[in-house]
Amino acid sequence: MKILVCISSVPDTTTKISFTNNNTALQSNGVQFIINPNDEFGLTKALHIKEANPGTNVTVLHVGPNSSDPVIRKALAIGADDAVRINVEAIDPLQVAGEIAHYVKANPYDLIITGKESIDYNGAIVAHALGEMLGIPSVSPCIGLSINGSEASLTGVVDGGKEELTASLPIVVGGQKGLVEEKDLRIPNMRGIMQARTKPLNVVEASGSKEAQKVVNYDTPAPKAACKIVDANNVDELVRLLQNEAKVI
Amino acid sequence: MSVLVYIEHTNGIIKKNALEAASYAVAYAEKTNGSALGVTIGNVSESEIKKLGNVGLEKVFNVGGHDYLNHQKVAAIMADVAQKNNSTTYIFSGSSEGKGAGPRLAVKMGAGIVSEVIEVPSSTSPITLVKKAFSGKGYANIQLNHEKNVIVLSTNAFGVHEKSVDVHIENISSEGNDTSLTHQSFDRDTKGISLPDAELVVSAGRGLKGAENWGMIEELAETLGAATACSKPVSDIGWRGHHEHVGQTGIAISPNLYIAIGISGAIQHLAGVSSSKTIVVINIDPEAPFFKAADYGIIGDAFEVVPKLNAAIKAIKG
Ligand SMILES: Cc1cc2nc3c(=O)[nH]c(=O)nc-3n(C[C@H](O)[C@H](O)[C@H](O)COP(=O)(O)OP(=O)(O)OC[C@H]3O[C@@H](n4cnc5c(N)ncnc54)[C@H](O)[C@@H]3O)c2cc1C
Ligand SMILES: Nc1ncnc2c1ncn2[C@@H]1O[C@H](COP(=O)(O)O)[C@@H](O)[C@H]1O
Repeated sequence: MKILVCISSVPDTTTKISFTNNNTALQSNGVQFIINPNDEFGLTKALHIKEANPGTNVTVLHVGPNSSDPVIRKALAIGADDAVRINVEAIDPLQVAGEIAHYVKANPYDLIITGKESIDYNGAIVAHALGEMLGIPSVSPCIGLSINGSEASLTGVVDGGKEELTASLPIVVGGQKGLVEEKDLRIPNMRGIMQARTKPLNVVEASGSKEAQKVVNYDTPAPKAACKIVDANNVDELVRLLQNEAKVI
Repeated sequence: MSVLVYIEHTNGIIKKNALEAASYAVAYAEKTNGSALGVTIGNVSESEIKKLGNVGLEKVFNVGGHDYLNHQKVAAIMADVAQKNNSTTYIFSGSSEGKGAGPRLAVKMGAGIVSEVIEVPSSTSPITLVKKAFSGKGYANIQLNHEKNVIVLSTNAFGVHEKSVDVHIENISSEGNDTSLTHQSFDRDTKGISLPDAELVVSAGRGLKGAENWGMIEELAETLGAATACSKPVSDIGWRGHHEHVGQTGIAISPNLYIAIGISGAIQHLAGVSSSKTIVVINIDPEAPFFKAADYGIIGDAFEVVPKLNAAIKAIKG
């Protein structure tokens, strides 16, 4: 079986976000970039499937410039077999999906795993757009996946609960926590890091998928006014404030 | 040029997020000199559809049949209706259905798509609007280059705006065939309130010390009619289900009221909840970072404060 895991590179979750160049770009000085957390669950799931199905190959794919190579190498160190980088700045989720679809049409995979959402741009678009572009089913957010021959059983998240589904491969799955458990996430060990240096990272040129939108500039949320502290022995006061001042209850 | 909005319902009852999406579509149509058209799919009664008149939606296509829907079918039906009505803008709620159908519709229509949108466009040529980015740590002003666009809203950001009109309902049919995903079963929590669209949320963290202590949290939530949520470690340890985990890597929410009990306020937690309209923090540690992001705070032991708060709210609710 051939599995493709799409990863985006995002600021570490502890990053205090700020902007530069007249608020047109993320201030990335000193920012640590990591594999999008939702994609880590997908990568680990792919490795679980590989271990249960000998002969399976796991490729990681990233759309972006070579400044993302360390993040791709990390995915190789965690256990992917090889990597592909489509060499173009990722500007918009539809453009990214277009580039991935173009690559997959020429290089078919049985299972394509993305994250449900990239935590930087918060699109939640690539998984389903990719499914539509390839004319195959997509389940995202997905919190359960098992493969039996050419059939997949999936658990999708729906508002207020979940849904059990089946589909024939190939499919697109958008992962998040739950696809595998937090405790099963893998961190690269020394051997993995050494091996990752020699695993293939193929750079391919972009097909020129057009971006449908661009960011004009960014803003940060206005700072909150100071918190009103209410005495612990006077909860009635809090209730009064919520009722009359905030008007939320 | 028309604006098509997908109206979600649960077992025939129109969802609050659908009223919000309809409100947004009406405002968008006004801004762009177009008209707003709603689409309901499945079994929804006429009197229920008429409720959309309270937010200014004048016309609704009611697509009959389709007992079971998924995002792929919704996208196919929306594309069909959009083509027949020359619609160029397609609005969805930021629900699981909206987030699923929106991208598929964009590809079908050759449209652009932007999600987590919080406002109507500030300018219309080209369309420029604001979306949430970096999990609520920032906002992005987006310029759309396409003539056709899918807009997926951030729940509870635009709000429901009342405006009374008469609704004209047109019953239509649309195949929306999609057999590539086979539905087996649903497992929906029907008694609780769904977290993504809850207006009030009571949330607790590791300060509660153990799963057995959640009784008072559930009671407070029930008194308020609120949904329950938790911090990430709480769901990682298994004290609560994963579907309650809010934050940068969990669900991002923006209810009218978020009560955080025994949660320290780590940056990843704040990212998913800081756009709540009003935040109340109950924490024993006056130095807890969450107080900096709160509107109201009580410094105290949750095990003493929460039962008192519950009783006080019960008292005013009669
Ligand atoms: C990649 C990554 C992603 C993450 N994503 C998320 C996310 O999405 N959501 C999230 O929540 N976290 C996330 N985290 C974890 C985050 O960094 C914090 O560890 C977590 O939010 C802390 O949870 P907590 O506040 O419940 O626990 P703690 O930090 O242990 O805080 C417990 C609080 O309870 C208070 N307390 C103790 N006893 C009492 C009492 N009797 N009464 C009242 N208060 C009391 C304490 O003063 C303390 O402030 C992420 C971390 C990483 C590394
Ligand atoms: N630049 C990228 N390269 C490869 N995959 C990406 C890229 N951007 C997004 N993705 C994938 O698409 C998922 C959802 O991203 P988005 O739709 O942008 O929120 C991510 O979790 C990744 O799996």
